[in-house]
Amino acid sequence: MPDGSDPSGLTPGRPKEELWQDAGLAAALLGVDPEGLGGAVVRARPGPARDRWLEIAAQFRGDRLSPRRVPASIDDERLLGGLDLAATLSSGKPIVAPGVLEEAAGRGILLPMAERATTALAVKIGAAMDAGGPLPFIGLDEGAEPDDVAPEALLERVAFRPDLTGLGLRDLTQPDISVEEIAGAQRRLATTHVPNEVVKAIVATAAAFGITSLRAPQFAIAAARAIAALNGSDEVEELEAQAAVRLVLAWKARQLPASPEAAEEQPSEEPAPPDNNDASEEIPQDLPDDTPEMPEALPEEMLIEAARAALPPDLFAQLLAGSSRRMQAGSTGAGEESISLARGRPLAPRPGHRGNGARLDLVATLRTAAPWQPLRKRTNPTDGVIVTPEDFRIKRFRRKTESALIFVVDASGSAAAARLAEAKGAIELMLADAYQRREQVSLVSFRGAGAEVALPLTRSLVQAKRRLQGVPGGGGTPLASGLALAQEVAAGAKRSGMTPFLVFLTDGRANICLDGAPGRRQAAEDASKAARAFRQEGFAAVLIDTANRPQASAEALAGEMGARYVPLPRAGSEEMARVVQAATA
Amino acid sequence: MAAFPFSAIVGQEEMKTALILTAIDPSIGGVLAFGDRGTGKSTAVRALAGLLPEIEAYEGCAYNTAPGMPLPTGESNEGRAVVSRPTPVVDLPLGATEDRVVGALDLERALTRGEKAFEPGLLAKAHRGFLYIDEVNLLEDYLVDLLLDVAASGENVVEREGLSIRHPARFVLVGSGNPEEGELRPQLLDRFGLSVEIASPKDIEQRIEVIRRRDAYERDRAQFLADWAGAEAEVRAAITAGQQQLAKVQVPDALLITVAELCLAIGSDGLRGELTVMRAARALAAYRGADEVSEAHLREVAPMALRHRLRRDPLDEAGSTTRVTRAIESVLS
Repeated sequence: MPDGSDPSGLTPGRPKEELWQDAGLAAALLGVDPEGLGGAVVRARPGPARDRWLEIAAQFRGDRLSPRRVPASIDDERLLGGLDLAATLSSGKPIVAPGVLEEAAGRGILLPMAERATTALAVKIGAAMDAGGPLPFIGLDEGAEPDDVAPEALLERVAFRPDLTGLGLRDLTQPDISVEEIAGAQRRLATTHVPNEVVKAIVATAAAFGITSLRAPQFAIAAARAIAALNGSDEVEELEAQAAVRLVLAWKARQLPASPEAAEEQPSEEPAPPDNNDASEEIPQDLPDDTPEMPEALPEEMLIEAARAALPPDLFAQLLAGSSRRMQAGSTGAGEESISLARGRPLAPRPGHRGNGARLDLVATLRTAAPWQPLRKRTNPTDGVIVTPEDFRIKRFRRKTESALIFVVDASGSAAAARLAEAKGAIELMLADAYQRREQVSLVSFRGAGAEVALPLTRSLVQAKRRLQGVPGGGGTPLASGLALAQEVAAGAKRSGMTPFLVFLTDGRANICLDGAPGRRQAAEDASKAARAFRQEGFAAVLIDTANRPQASAEALAGEMGARYVPLPRAGSEEMARVVQAATA
Repeated sequence: MAAFPFSAIVGQEEMKTALILTAIDPSIGGVLAFGDRGTGKSTAVRALAGLLPEIEAYEGCAYNTAPGMPLPTGESNEGRAVVSRPTPVVDLPLGATEDRVVGALDLERALTRGEKAFEPGLLAKAHRGFLYIDEVNLLEDYLVDLLLDVAASGENVVEREGLSIRHPARFVLVGSGNPEEGELRPQLLDRFGLSVEIASPKDIEQRIEVIRRRDAYERDRAQFLADWAGAEAEVRAAITAGQQQLAKVQVPDALLITVAELCLAIGSDGLRGELTVMRAARALAAYRGADEVSEAHLREVAPMALRHRLRRDPLDEAGSTTRVTRAIESVLS
């Protein structure tokens, strides 16, 4: 994070002993109610702290079997089960091997490197968890960056996320909870009562923190109940609720409750629209360091206070930058990875034929053919293996997709001719590099009455160069048309499986409306409307202010577009190219 | 594990209405439910299973063949017993292979007896019922294509492994997903009849009620189901009544024109939108016990029938629901 948030991941003012105690308590609660709490994703690098936590979790698990370890690279067949080929062939009847998810029912799952798990894997595990199978789920999240976290589909389904980053050996004390206490709490759990006020306060607290999912308050209530059972009481009280909120809701927070009045209203709003990731660099400097003081009025105030102390330190930065995984998901979803027949990370083979660049997966094909051999040989006695076209399996790979670099150039008179020339130079420099990086490039220019695609997406540097020479300058600035067309091109690139990145070169001063008529005010309105529409798409973009002095209008526009704003007064082509490269890297 | 009762779901009225309408008139097409996590998308669909009226089918038939229809296996249906069975609500797991979906050679019989026999897949199982795909946007494209094709034609044709078989597979495709994990191709969007947007309830009281009911259900399932049995029976009766009423519902000509104007106004291509609005409005009228489709019915179903058919307008920030409502207002005024 660029704002210099504490890389150790520790909340300032939250002592290490407390973090470790909370982690220990989470382990104990998972021992008490693994089904009700879903599990935990432990944020820590491999090391003594993590090992110690797992040991403690194992102690608290009591007689239950240890969770089934699932490698992050597991394939679907192993995960979901399928025909056991060897057993089927030797016994002569189909033997279905249960998948890991099925095997893990009642004992839970341990997923190392959870931050590397794909959404598809996470969703499958999540579905099994919803059906009550592999609980608890223990994810080991070794992410290095704040936004390098386990998939949301998993985080959503666990109650705890102990953060052990930065804990040293001397912090790792034995929690003062005994295994007998856990067993006692398990027995008490069913009769432990959660009063309505507590339910209400927890739900309201979750809403105040901007947590839309209803699983979170459900977990918090289950946690409160388990804590009460652990304390030997048969009714949840303030203290237990506070602890539950601290453990469960704090790390799931999406916003800071501003004031009691706002806290009432906020649940009616979705969390702020997904910001662009690349906006992360421009965090306003005038952030209040402390959250506003709140009068003590609402019953959930106490809970909010309890949770506030445990909020992740980088939450503020994350919320402002919109760089949590949740926000990212939109862009990493379908666009950035795609199935390929040629290269990438291997996927399960599927039936198909050669051709279209498909490669035959020989082993899979033979495996498919194997069970049929006795049957086929009955009708066609030969010595060899009989392989029919239905057996063919082709290889498939998943790979990162190409990016589409879309330049949107303000070729109007206001962007002085000299600047335009430098912009062209910068584009050519970037094109050379884009070519090396196997990107496709497109150029949208706007001037006069409208916008046009001066260069459709291409990988050909030669073609791009030729077209760029021909970009005429002068005339009005139909900014809105330019934005709308750029958005269209980007959406098209995304549809064909590329990840668009847009570079806008403009001073942000529109004077031609969307319909081509002149008029500064209407034009600015159209432009800001188009910018907001652009933001909805969540494309990554950078806006380079080409004016001689940084323009407030350009900066405002960048904000509305969710693009990074870079003023480049008197910058040469090379500097411009460097900015874009830094932004896309 | 008994599913959470349908009528105990707090809020989510649009989702519930959409599912009920397709239960009354399956020809409306599928339902697509997009929304955030933890908003109860799958709960609603799974709850549907416990709610639907039973269907009649031949005993032991893996294809849910309706009485009087020929059996896909080619066997005679003379003298076969007819039994009542629950309307199927089949879950399609994300990792399902093509074999499991369309059916394949029956391995057991092939290996042990050396016979070529067809083992029906999930499509056969879902005939006359619902096929549910959670996280439909993560399903492999070729499977989605295949499903939509079968759903549209109502017939599953298998030509593989030396087998050639066709059997009816008419089901309501219900897909749910989280838009953050990738969107559906516009071509696919259009194939779903209704689309609903799901958000968790905004109102704190409602949220508390959700949590409370969920908790009651988790803690004492039998008691909770018993408490809600009455409400469930009511909805079930209304669906059955709606199914019978459907054929009697009239659509006034004037309303047909309105529907056409509405579809024109929002720029939905093709007749699919018009047909869906009309069918959904008729099903709603039947569900409400009306003899004639009214403007009110139209207003209620138009957003869910049309919001996924809107032409994308980059300059219109308003949500699709608002745009449909706006179009309705201008057409109906």
